[in-house]
Formats: sequence, structure tokens, C-alpha cells
Amino acid sequence: MSSAVVTVRALSKRYGRTVAIADVSLDVYEGEIFGLIGPNGAGKTTTMECIQGSRRADGGTISVLGLDPRRDSTALRRRIGVQHQEAQLQKRIKVWEALDLWASLYDRDSVVDSNALLDRLGLAGKRDTRFMNLSGGQKQRLFIALALIHRPELVFLDELTTGLDPQARRAIWELVRDIRARGSTVFLTTHLMEEAERLCDRVAIIEHGRVIEMGTPLELVARHCPQRCVFYSTDEEDGERQHELRGEGDDFVTEVIHRIARDGAHVRGFRTELPTLEDVFLKLTGRAIRD
Amino acid sequence: MLKGLLKLSWIEMKIFLREPMGVVGSLVLPVLLFVFVGRALQFSPRGPEPPVSRLPFNIAILTALLISLGAVQSLVAIMAIYREGGILKRLRATPLSPVTILGAHVLVKLVFTLVAMIIMVMAGRRVLPGAMPEHGASFIAAVLLGTTSILSLGFVMASLVRSARFAQALGAALTYVMLALSGVFFSVERLPGWLQVVANALPTTHAVRLMRAIWSGAGWSTQLTTVAALAAIFAVCIAFSTRWFRWE
Repeated sequence: MSSAVVTVRALSKRYGRTVAIADVSLDVYEGEIFGLIGPNGAGKTTTMECIQGSRRADGGTISVLGLDPRRDSTALRRRIGVQHQEAQLQKRIKVWEALDLWASLYDRDSVVDSNALLDRLGLAGKRDTRFMNLSGGQKQRLFIALALIHRPELVFLDELTTGLDPQARRAIWELVRDIRARGSTVFLTTHLMEEAERLCDRVAIIEHGRVIEMGTPLELVARHCPQRCVFYSTDEEDGERQHELRGEGDDFVTEVIHRIARDGAHVRGFRTELPTLEDVFLKLTGRAIRD
Repeated sequence: MLKGLLKLSWIEMKIFLREPMGVVGSLVLPVLLFVFVGRALQFSPRGPEPPVSRLPFNIAILTALLISLGAVQSLVAIMAIYREGGILKRLRATPLSPVTILGAHVLVKLVFTLVAMIIMVMAGRRVLPGAMPEHGASFIAAVLLGTTSILSLGFVMASLVRSARFAQALGAALTYVMLALSGVFFSVERLPGWLQVVANALPTTHAVRLMRAIWSGAGWSTQLTTVAALAAIFAVCIAFSTRWFRWE
């Protein structure tokens, strides 16, 4: 396994009497997309902000790229890229001006060519557009561009696709995979289980400020929701008959197929239903995601 | 981070100029007021005699104060809006230092105050000949010094209020109080004792005192107490804001 770029141990934070996070421990490895998932208010953003160094934790230890996020905050800010939840920019700033400003804040050697970046993010035609005139998806892509302008080793994305339509969301997923392909590590939060399942190499589920489970999406599904369901229909003398078979384990579907073949049935329709990360989430947290 | 400071200031200036109402309100209106009211009321028609004022106060100093207070109101509103929109938080996540982020806004406000003052002095020389002091630059310097001190009070306001809406209301209310007590309409000495204390705690009062003295030709060396008072208020306000300024 590659080396850890983020190591968090026993992290805790309260706001007044409210416990935001309690005893959070996690590792993020180099080159992966790591997702911190959980319902709204579970402590995702607080955890992320403590790791970025923008919020002081009450207890626990954090190491990011070998740095202490509070003590070495300036050094760390040069090496990470961030995107905040529901962030805005100056309403009348133009896209190229924002990139120009951000580019001026980092070492010249590390800054990428902003035109190429805009091209990559599909914003090339929007260079002279004011922030207030961008669509939701374009704004988020601009924030990604600002987070990537200095080739950060680690990129934080907080609720990146909340409020976007499915097309924009899928486009953004592609961009996040591209960040990984270019060698950066991605730490994201989301309350969308589909997003986590499709995008993340590993996820940690956080609920009421505690990490209750961690692993790859497949591992979590196999561990908590091994049920498989097969629906199929066959032609019989008296017409079509529906079948529904439930079982557990990776081999269950194969066994069903072998059995149908052995029986020599004439299959009209065949469909499997496999559990998803969302099923795991609902099982572990015992309720639907709050939106 | 000089590069970042200049770049951020430059972009903020451009953004400010893209909002026509802000430019009209803070630059154009005060100067128009000065030119028209000054011409209509304050100064008698040109003649061999020195101009006689028909107003009980100096319209040039009132205009300078309005320009300066406009800058402060705008600063308070911008800080609140930027905080609400997470813009301050996003800038804070870059290697920019907090001082640079806020300093850029002070710089922008001072530059626009300077521009407005230059326009005012030049318009004054043209429209109200003989009424403007010879040492226009010195007067402008006094205005900028006063504005810097008043801007620091703006940061205190920006530190105290949460919402943009409340910031604008509070900014306006405090502006009226400062304007009334500044001594521009009547001398501070005519206020009751306790109100004099309040007036002297406000930067506007000292700003007006300095502007009036420099306007009437007093040397800077005679104004050290007033300058010290402006500096002291600046130091206290900045110390307060450093401790209490909220970035989100």
C-alpha cells in the first residue's frame, strides 16, 4: 500500500456543548480518491477543515503531507488545493481574473498554464464571463480550477456536486478522476452515496461525529449487505412465470445461472439486484439520508 | 506577499468600478454636491473681496467627510457580503496572509478616496476660484489620514456584525452619528460634556479637526495631538479587529 498523506488520530471538536466530531481516526493514501461520507451535519466539513488547518481541533493529532496543519499552516496552504461547500467569489470578478489572482499567490514554478486549465475544465469560452453569470456547474468547475492552479499534492473537495444536475455532476466526476490520474490525492466529502460509490477508492462513513465504517465501497457492501437477488421469467406451457431468488455471497448469481441452464428453461427476462453503498449506509445508520 | 496585495487590490478596484451605483454614490455624488451647493450657497459671487460663506459650515470639509464615510460604509458592506458568500474564507485558504486580504481593501478605499479628493479639489479650483486653499495636497493628505483611522473603525463594525443586511444598517446608523458629532456642522465644544466624550472617542471628530486646521493653513507641526488621536484610535480598532474579526 502506498504511503499515507493524511493521518488523523482521535480527532475531536465541539462547538459549545455540541459535539461535532468525536474520536475520528483515518488515513488517506497517496494517489487515491478518499471519500468522507455521511448525512448532513455528521461532521464531514468540520473534519475536513481541521485537516486543512482552517479550524482548530480540541483533541487528537493530524499530520498532512508530513505537516501539522495548524503549526505549519502557511507551508501546507501552498501544497493543498481546496474547494469549499457553497462558496462564492466576488460577483463581478471575471473567470480569467480569478485564475490570474490565484496564480499570483503561489510559486511561479508550480503554477499551471491557466488557459490549458480552463480548456481542460470546459471553461475556455467563459474566460471573460463574470462569476455571477456562470451556471452552478461552471462555478464548481471554476472552483476546481482555482484548487488546481498550483499543482497541489492533495485536493480537498467539499460537497462538490450538491445542487448540480445529473449531466453537470457526471462531468465533474470525470474531472475528479482526472485529478487522480495526474497524480494528486483527492479527499472529498459527499452525502450522495452514488457519488461515493462511483468515484471513491475508499470511503469512511461518519455519523454523529464518529467514523463507523471504512473501506472500499465493494468491501463495505460485501461486509454488510451480502444479499443478492435474482429475478427472471421463464416460458411455461401455461404462459410466462416469474421467479425471484434471494441468497448471499459472490457466487450466488453464478449458481442461479447454472441452475437455470441445467433445468433447460427458456428464459424470457433476467435481472439481478445487488446491494449498493446506499444500502450499507442505511443499514449502518438506520435511517434515510437527510437532504 | 506584495504581489498578492497589489493583484488583489487591482482586481477589487476593477470590481468596484463595475458596480455603477457604488461609483456614483461614493465618488460622483459627493463631488456634485460640493460643486452645486458650494456654488449656490457657500460663496458669494466673484469679486475683489475674499469669498464670504453663506453656510455655517465648510462645504469642502463636509464633502471630504462624506467621501471618507462613504468609503467606510462600502468597506463594512463588502466585508459582510464577502464573509456571507465564503469569499473571505476561500481567500484565507490561500497562502495570502490575513493582513494582506484586509489591507487590500483598505488600499482600494484609500485610492478611491484619493481620486475623489483630487477631483473635488480640481473642480473646486475651477468652479469656486479663490475658495480653495493653495495647499490642496496637504489637505488631501489630511483627508486620507482621517479616512484611514475611520476605516479602522469600519473593521470593528465588520467584526461585530454577522449579516450583510445588519452591517449596512449599522454602518448607516453609525455614519449619521459620526457625521452629527464630528464638529463639521457645529463645534464639539457646544455639546454637553458626556457627548463631548463620545465625540472625542470617534475618529471623525479628530479627522474634521485636522482637516479644518490644515484647510485654514495651519502647519502639520501644530496638529500633532490630533494626529496622535487618529493614530491611537487606529491602533485600538486594529487591535480589536485582529482579535475579533470573523472570517466566516
